[in-house]
Amino acid sequence: MNGNPLLNIGIFAIFVAATLVVVIRASRNTKTAADYLAAGRSFTGPQNGVAIAGDYLSAASFLGIAGAIALNGYDGFLYSIGFLVAWLVALLLVAELLRNTGKYTMGDVLSFRMRQRPVRAAAATSTMAVSFFYLLAQMAGAGGLVALLLNITGKGGQAIVIAVVGALMIAYVLIGGMKGTTWVQIIKAVLLIIGAGVMTIWVLGKFGLNLSGLLGSAVENAPKAGEKLLGPGLQYGATGTSKLDFLSLALALVLGTAGLPHILMRFYTVPTAKEARRSVVWAIWLIGLFYLFTLVLGYGAAALVGPDKIRSAPGGANSAAPLLAEALGGPLLLGLIAAVAFATILAVVAGLTITASASFAHDIYANIIKKGEAEDKDAEVKVARRTAIVIGIVSILGGIAANGQNIAFLVALAFAVAASANLPTILYSLFWKRFNTSGALWSIYGGLAVTITLIVLSPAVSGKPTSMFKNVDFALFPLSNPGIVSIPVAFILGYIGTVLSKENDKEKYAEMEVRALTGVGAEKAVSH
Amino acid sequence: MSTSEQHSPADAQGNHNWVDVQNSPDFRELRRRLRSFVFPMAGLFLAWYLLYVLLADYAHGFMSTKVFGNINVGLILGLLQFVSTFVITTLYVRHANKNLDPKAEKLRNELEGGHA
Repeated sequence: MNGNPLLNIGIFAIFVAATLVVVIRASRNTKTAADYLAAGRSFTGPQNGVAIAGDYLSAASFLGIAGAIALNGYDGFLYSIGFLVAWLVALLLVAELLRNTGKYTMGDVLSFRMRQRPVRAAAATSTMAVSFFYLLAQMAGAGGLVALLLNITGKGGQAIVIAVVGALMIAYVLIGGMKGTTWVQIIKAVLLIIGAGVMTIWVLGKFGLNLSGLLGSAVENAPKAGEKLLGPGLQYGATGTSKLDFLSLALALVLGTAGLPHILMRFYTVPTAKEARRSVVWAIWLIGLFYLFTLVLGYGAAALVGPDKIRSAPGGANSAAPLLAEALGGPLLLGLIAAVAFATILAVVAGLTITASASFAHDIYANIIKKGEAEDKDAEVKVARRTAIVIGIVSILGGIAANGQNIAFLVALAFAVAASANLPTILYSLFWKRFNTSGALWSIYGGLAVTITLIVLSPAVSGKPTSMFKNVDFALFPLSNPGIVSIPVAFILGYIGTVLSKENDKEKYAEMEVRALTGVGAEKAVSH
Repeated sequence: MSTSEQHSPADAQGNHNWVDVQNSPDFRELRRRLRSFVFPMAGLFLAWYLLYVLLADYAHGFMSTKVFGNINVGLILGLLQFVSTFVITTLYVRHANKNLDPKAEKLRNELEGGHA
């Protein structure tokens, strides 16, 4: 790549400076726990919807999907469909009811009618597990991106950049809290969608707005894949096992989104359930539009850059979108897109960090250690801030260690854990009268344990040239994604755990259901 | 099976008896309107998504059939997943605005007004 690293760094520095100003301004009104952890519930639906898109469209979905389409054609497109359709679960079944029954975290919803301390501990455990895997993926992605965009190829140099990304993220979260972080998401989402939109129109313009012509040119330029680029099966169609693996991944994608803790937490930053609904609607339109762009960008990269050049670039598949930017608009567009990609990683890690720290401060510190009787609410914010620093440092170290690992695998892992450990409990809790503490614990801990065990025993971890550990083989489970087993198992465990326990608080369920559907007593926006 | 069937009447602080509210005709109607929309719709889009995934996974020949130019069945069905997502979103918003929000608001006002 002929991009100018100084130009790339310069554009990125402007983004960092601009967002820091916004974050510092936003922090002026941050006083209470509701301010720090839920932005005072003061964002409007549309604002929050843009922020959700910012939280959701990670580097994996921008660089990863564009690259997957460029190299594997249609199979890459399947990712984006799963990622989008998943939002209907959030819209129809989760967002509004969750907004009406909780304050900051998933633990709030579960503990509404169950025994507080055990379910909060379980909810916090799975929240931290999902956040940690997702954070690792993003930080590892930052390392790969640096290699590509700044021409830093040594592991030492990449480690420094990962540390800088981590330090910036800690700064955003500490200074801005949820409000500052939300503004960073909004700015990043707007830049990302505009950037991808401009490139899409540019690519289509080169082919006379003819999608069929673009596809034809992509096929011509990829002689190895040829016509297969346009149909399914290039990546996952090889064997019966790989087809099953794809089905498993598809399930985890569609059911994982509504269990991702950093997405769930965004439903609390708006004043009412109706605004939560509006935010999801905005998010669905923006995310859908963006994935349509990536379809054009992916095939555009195949047509205008070519798969061989993409494969041999430092970042491999992840370099498809940046290389396309360079082919279209030279070093300047490359620099802009590179900066947007950096901003994407930065914003997503900030969102994850505040979620994990909120869960620790609110569920574990305020409600388990202090038993909900914390002497002053400032303590909760103080603990959240300290936790954010710890999580930041851990993810910097983890990111350096995971540098070079397969990002898509880590993200899929986070989705599988979210779909198995979080979603069954959330749905049972909102809709099943009989559900109780025992069921929640069985489902969360059981889902978590099954998912992680299957991952450890999968070919993604050992036994293959692409595995994390290449030289040993303890891959007893044939699939890289555990969803097809772990999700049903978690639902069944939730059921078994429930019926084995006699606990059944009908009054509390009545209160929860009435509150969930009507919004009675839900915490309103904080006015300043 | 259940041993704890005791009913506590509205307590001294004048809190609501939530079970009564839950059993009121207004609330039951609200719940019916919500569930009779979201459950079938969730079943529908999950089935349609699953059908699409299975076709993409096991019916490569069918999905690669060209319809016009280089546009094949797979691409059209994939884009239809986008369309159906947008359509269901819009339908739900209309349903919620028209049939759920007024009812929920009425109940909320009654409950909050009673114990302001």
